[in-house]
Amino acid sequence: MKLFLSAFLAVLVLAMPTAQAALNVLTCEPEWAALTQELAGDLAKVSSATTALQDPHHIEARPALLAKARRADLLICTGAELEIGWLPLLQREAGNGNIQPGQSGYFEAARFARIIERPTTLDRAQGDVHATGNPHLHLDPHNIAQVAEALAKRLAEIDPSNAERYVERNRDFQVRWAAAIGRWEEQAAGLKGVPVVVHHKNWSYLADWLGLVVISDLEPKPGVEPSAAHLAALMGTLKSKPAKMVLRSAYQSPKPSQWLASRVGIAAVELPYTVGGSTQATDLFSLYDDTLRRLKESAQ
Amino acid sequence: MFDRLLIATGIALALSTPLQIQAAPQDNTTALNAFNPEVSLILQGAYLDRLGGERHVTGFVPTGEHGHDVRGLALNHTELVFAANVDPYTRGFVNLAVADEAVEIEESWFQSLGLGHGFTVRGGRFLSGIGYQNERHPHQWDFANNGLMHSVLFGEHLVQDGLQLRWLAPTELFMEFGSEVAKGQFFPGSELGADKSGAATWAAFVHLGGDVSTSHSWRGGISYLHAEPAQRASIVDDFNDIEALTDFSGTSKTWLADFVWKWAPNGNSSQRNFTFLTEYFLRDEAGDLACDDNTLDGGLCTGLTDRYSSEQSGWYAQGVYQFMPAWRTGLRYDRLDSGSVNFNANNAVFEQTNYDPTRWSVMTDYSPSEFSRFRLQFARDQSMRDEPDNQWTLQYSLSIGPHGSHKF
Repeated sequence: MKLFLSAFLAVLVLAMPTAQAALNVLTCEPEWAALTQELAGDLAKVSSATTALQDPHHIEARPALLAKARRADLLICTGAELEIGWLPLLQREAGNGNIQPGQSGYFEAARFARIIERPTTLDRAQGDVHATGNPHLHLDPHNIAQVAEALAKRLAEIDPSNAERYVERNRDFQVRWAAAIGRWEEQAAGLKGVPVVVHHKNWSYLADWLGLVVISDLEPKPGVEPSAAHLAALMGTLKSKPAKMVLRSAYQSPKPSQWLASRVGIAAVELPYTVGGSTQATDLFSLYDDTLRRLKESAQ
Repeated sequence: MFDRLLIATGIALALSTPLQIQAAPQDNTTALNAFNPEVSLILQGAYLDRLGGERHVTGFVPTGEHGHDVRGLALNHTELVFAANVDPYTRGFVNLAVADEAVEIEESWFQSLGLGHGFTVRGGRFLSGIGYQNERHPHQWDFANNGLMHSVLFGEHLVQDGLQLRWLAPTELFMEFGSEVAKGQFFPGSELGADKSGAATWAAFVHLGGDVSTSHSWRGGISYLHAEPAQRASIVDDFNDIEALTDFSGTSKTWLADFVWKWAPNGNSSQRNFTFLTEYFLRDEAGDLACDDNTLDGGLCTGLTDRYSSEQSGWYAQGVYQFMPAWRTGLRYDRLDSGSVNFNANNAVFEQTNYDPTRWSVMTDYSPSEFSRFRLQFARDQSMRDEPDNQWTLQYSLSIGPHGSHKF
């Protein structure tokens, strides 16, 4: 038994893999997997820890994720406390020194984006507030562009032999993305000033970018499930300040928004929120295309 | 020999840490808290309705630890937790259990951050990684009390003062190999057994796990614990129902098998989710048992020492279902097998029972947020022969401060 274990340990230490092919990238959310795909193409093998049907605040550092984090060369997350419930554990328990905070193998998008809704006071009585501001930053396409710049640099840094290709791919992406932003802003001109109700504060960046006016949230406090009492009060508010639609993401329960929407006679709209959140949203471009299409349909 | 090898390996790995870490940090990433360290408090209390007197599990030697069984209204211990990265290479964690006139160090350890190659070293006082439930603090338990076999074997936890080395394989399947060497002064070890150079207790475990689909994930494992107690004291009732002080010297071997399976639709646990957990324990002890003379009290012990051997087992299985946000309900069944116990010359003093203790527990809890939980539990406890009991528990568990994430 003892001999077997010692021998086993020795073999394991000696058998460590030394060379590898494509960069192994693990992202916390699907939007960063999609962005990495744009910037790295087949230079990286990318997988996402969460899907569009999962709430990025609440998943577990389950064994399959630990096994992925163990082998990752680069871990890309949103940061700003979005993944505070599971990411620190994932980093600590994976036995991978490269993906620790402060190391080049850990990339935090929030560091390179414009962050809004920074709270002025911090109290848990306010619900699930994030000290560093609203973390759902990928729904402002200008943030995506900024994060892409920084991520391309990071990819080049940890995979120097392909550095030029990352620079090249980023240049190409930035051109296509800027053109798309121009197109989207033109398409969405009519959405400016449209009043909406949101399920959770994960639409703040989209609203900020498009000029949607958020009347209220379905959640009484961020991260607290909508209650019957709160929804009833909201109906009163909507009488004096009518909204056009109620927005929710694919991972949120449709019940509260459908309940409210049917009572006040407005549209309950499910938006993809991230890549994979609808059959149309297969990459970052189609995510925005599909989001705008759904918004415009309901705003008419 | 094996324990020395492990200690040496652990130290060697710990010393090689800086090679893996680049000195200059890339950027200032968001800290868990603007303050250093993260400080949090766990507040726990309960109302317990049960039969009076001391309850023990028939046929099993008591560990000498009585945790959450105070009758009536009770404040359970308050946990004070400090955690922080010491530097880029090490993390520190301290959990102090505070009670009246007592502060107990539940855990106080350092853990390597950047060894790489899948290795993690932990040293100090920590909850052993054997099995599943052992690493969980009471506020993480799905029921108001621990599994019956777990409390029989280890009390609240198996706590180790020593060194733990874990290695995660670079495979798609989650494969974790762990080993621990420890002083071994806690049950099933003993103070005297731990009074030596080297280690009186060592443990090894393997955990496998993965996802079956986005909705299903699992983890299973096998663990082994080896302890060498010397003059480990236990109070056991003899045939005349008189308390007898026994002490045991020998080896204690425990095998554990654990399996957990979790389900959430599309992996989204916020609305509904289900967890199934089961653990099996087998303990094998062999050595000498001395029994202090208690004839003056009317007992049967004459101070005789003779060979003692026992092989006992037990298991539990539980399911916990979150049927709507904030609400969960769960059912647990505990069953112990008294197995075979041989006192040899002392067989005339102690009973060899074939009673199989069992317990059913059912609970419902409500968590208004991830920082608070209120629980109602009912248990039909048949762990003590001839004294079945219906137990009601109403319990709260609150956490203040940045509360670290829980393991799968």
